Amino acid sequence: MAETKRVERPLSPFMIGPYYRPQMTSISSITTRITGNALIVTVLLTAWWLLAAATSPGYFDFVNAIATSWFGDLLYTLSAWAVWYHFLAGLRHLYFDAGHGLEIETAEKLGWACFIGATVLTVLTIIIVAVI
Amino acid sequence: MHFQTDRQRAVGKGAAHSGTGHHIFMSVTAVALAFLVPVFVIIFGRTLGAPQEVVIAVFGNPFVAIVTALTIIVGMRHFAKGWQMCIEDYAHGTARGVLVFIGTAISYLVMASVLYALAKFAFLDLILGAMG
Repeated sequence: MAETKRVERPLSPFMIGPYYRPQMTSISSITTRITGNALIVTVLLTAWWLLAAATSPGYFDFVNAIATSWFGDLLYTLSAWAVWYHFLAGLRHLYFDAGHGLEIETAEKLGWACFIGATVLTVLTIIIVAVI
Repeated sequence: MHFQTDRQRAVGKGAAHSGTGHHIFMSVTAVALAFLVPVFVIIFGRTLGAPQEVVIAVFGNPFVAIVTALTIIVGMRHFAKGWQMCIEDYAHGTARGVLVFIGTAISYLVMASVLYALAKFAFLDLILGAMG
């Protein structure tokens, strides 16, 4: 009776698309996971850039040229959106965990708030970082 | 033979075998990152593109160095566990173990690299300051 039984647990079925119509709740959820994991690319570039600045002028110039190239600009702009989206979605998660905002209408509004909020914060970040 | 009751063995564990520890860890680190990330993003964004001496001076500053260290340490633990959660949803067996290992390894590699760079910035800043 007290023996542990090994069970083959199933993987989470990926429902969006073939089985389940895409909607704000599911899309805003999967976007949280995608943005969170994708940010590692920018973290690696940033860590490399800091390491280069601590190494030598020649190596710094090499990595800095990559980080400030058009590709770097694109990556950091997309990452700004990703970080703000993940930030807002995380706050929404904490709000959900506290037992609030779970009515369908509210949950969908909060999903829109993440997408729109992330876009507004990205524009604001670009202004603070590059313009002022 | 087990000298534990079935209930005792189950208390606080659940299907994850670690109870709610993972979930609580993600929530706690999320709260910390909600304060750290905006500060780090603005400081980093405004420094990117500056000459190497300026990068060293900025990240050699105690406040900036500590915020950067905390953002990277807490952020990379948050990443590794979030990555693990994602892998456990979609991969089984050996692939799962290998992928979780890679995520964890990357997180510690980034932490060590950035902490090394910060230590060197503090040292370089001290030397450059002493030379006037």
